[in-house]
Amino acid sequence: MSIKILQHKCISCGKCKDACPGNLLGFNENEKAAIQHPKDCWGCTACVKECNVGAIRYYLGSDIGGNGGYLFTTQTDEYINWHIVTKGDKKLIKILKIESNEY
Amino acid sequence: MELELKTMETDVLIIGGGTAGCFCALTIAENSQSNVIIVDKANIKRSGCLAAGVNALNAYITDDETPESFVDYVKKDSEEIIREDLVLSIAKRLNQVTEKIERMGLPILKDKEGNYVSRGKRSIKINGESIKPILASEVYKYEQISVLNKVNIIDYLIKDGEIIGAVGFAVEKNVVLSIYAKAVVCATGGAAGLYKPNNPEFSRHKMWYSPFNTGAGYAMGIRAGAEMTSFEMRFIALRCKDTIAPTGTIAQGIGAEQINGRGQPYVEKYGKPTTATRLYSTIMENSVGMGPCYLQTKGISNGVEEQLYKAYLNMAPAQTLKWMENNKGPSKENVEIQGTEPYIVGGHTGSGYWVDINRKTTLKGLYAIGDVAGGSPKKYVTGCFAEGEIAGLSAIEFIKDRQIKELEEHEIMRHRNFIRSFFNKDNESLYSIEEVEIAMQKIMDEYAGGISTNYKYNEIGLKIATERILELQILTENLKANNLFELTAIFELIDRLYVCKVLIHHLKDRKETRWRCYQENSDYPKQDVDWCKYLNSKYEDGEIKTFTRRLIRRDEIYEH
Repeated sequence: MSIKILQHKCISCGKCKDACPGNLLGFNENEKAAIQHPKDCWGCTACVKECNVGAIRYYLGSDIGGNGGYLFTTQTDEYINWHIVTKGDKKLIKILKIESNEY
Repeated sequence: MELELKTMETDVLIIGGGTAGCFCALTIAENSQSNVIIVDKANIKRSGCLAAGVNALNAYITDDETPESFVDYVKKDSEEIIREDLVLSIAKRLNQVTEKIERMGLPILKDKEGNYVSRGKRSIKINGESIKPILASEVYKYEQISVLNKVNIIDYLIKDGEIIGAVGFAVEKNVVLSIYAKAVVCATGGAAGLYKPNNPEFSRHKMWYSPFNTGAGYAMGIRAGAEMTSFEMRFIALRCKDTIAPTGTIAQGIGAEQINGRGQPYVEKYGKPTTATRLYSTIMENSVGMGPCYLQTKGISNGVEEQLYKAYLNMAPAQTLKWMENNKGPSKENVEIQGTEPYIVGGHTGSGYWVDINRKTTLKGLYAIGDVAGGSPKKYVTGCFAEGEIAGLSAIEFIKDRQIKELEEHEIMRHRNFIRSFFNKDNESLYSIEEVEIAMQKIMDEYAGGISTNYKYNEIGLKIATERILELQILTENLKANNLFELTAIFELIDRLYVCKVLIHHLKDRKETRWRCYQENSDYPKQDVDWCKYLNSKYEDGEIKTFTRRLIRRDEIYEH
């Protein structure tokens, strides 16, 4: 359970760093966001949802069933768009922010 | 490392900006002119156990229920050991706080007549993904409320036996901060990371409760001599395997049954289906070779499956990703379930500060609310809101004739020097912070009823645990921090060890088995009617002293 931050996409805005409930993120020597200890991540996706440029990929550790898949989000005022990329497949799940869970 | 000293003053200091803390601050701001500081180790926008969101509001009085029937349910589910007075005071406020959070912007599902749609008897359906950002933006509307993000409070400031403030350090700046207040409200949440977790390697933090809730509020209270209650009533969650995602969305939401490896329902073989029995029965089936256990979802429609994908993205995205990783969603495969490691968390069970009806602790000047406050299991999110309101309203009155008191400078320097000491170790410890944490979790797992013993323990094992935890406490004195992140980790470890110490005493001294899994004392494997009472404790002169108190009923007025 953790995240990977794509260095070439990171715009150094620092929003992910501010949001992390474990204070796990910082800037590296290139002023890009980085997670110091990937195994400290809780997997809450607070940082993923803060990142407006889709630079943070969220994945499952291989010890809990990770098999190469990852997700990231993009947002509009109304929707959170969850982009889920797995082996050989890409899926987009759009969730209306004001819509309640059915279950 | 040099640490700059800073001092602040406020009317009410709230430690922890979660559901309880934020609601408390809002209540004070709406009902008085008093100033409030909320201090949080992270950022209140996403701090604490609801960082990812929450799946439902699980404490609500639906049309067929009453506050009294809610108390009856909590009492039955908790095997009698609750503070009925506290639970009733929460139950009476559940619906008004729900309406309030809806006004702030939380989406709640409604039927055509505009009534909330229930998910079981005491639960309503929401989209809880943004519950923390919603609360945070409401807090920021009030000029009276100042928010100090990224400050780790490590201890109360005490004068003449009264709590007069708190001290801590900024996690991103070299600053030690003392905050004085006329009243202090502890709302730091419960304690995770005491026991070896389900996934001890790379995914060690993929746990039920936030791994960043490290029992600071309990530990500060223990060190200051506050009375604590029911630490032995641990909470162990029944969760989706590996991702440790909630099961209620499937079990309650779509009515999926618990089945064993042979496809047979099994829960009712083990007694009335309480929260603890649903867990205990799963552990038992596994232990007799009838596992793995599942929630039976195979065959649900594609439409239901799509809705489950969305519901999990709104609170535990790992589960949706896991389903999609191998294209094996819940319509194709049943969802495997397992028990987590134990936690201490007063929002689910009864562990925490011993409080009066206003949520005053036994230490003058200190309130406790939310997961750190004991006696009222199953308060969940809305119960935490309710406690925030109750303490907030009381604090407004309490501070009217209170003055700010301060400590002498040398006493503040003592705190600063203690914090700084971890940067200035001459001899580096043989052990890293992480190694000592792993040692603690292993001891608790093996000798204090962790996953590896199916949560059972006995006095011989607890004696070993007591000795080993003391050894680790001494080892922490030599730990070295190279930066503020490591400094935070050292204080989190120190706090967890204090919580472990008290927990072990409580497990030892309840000489019965009151709750399956939560507290299974192998020396006394049966429930004992003479133990229908609270087990409380105080830390005095370096020793933990436990004692019992008789149950307090809903029509009683308890005063410290």
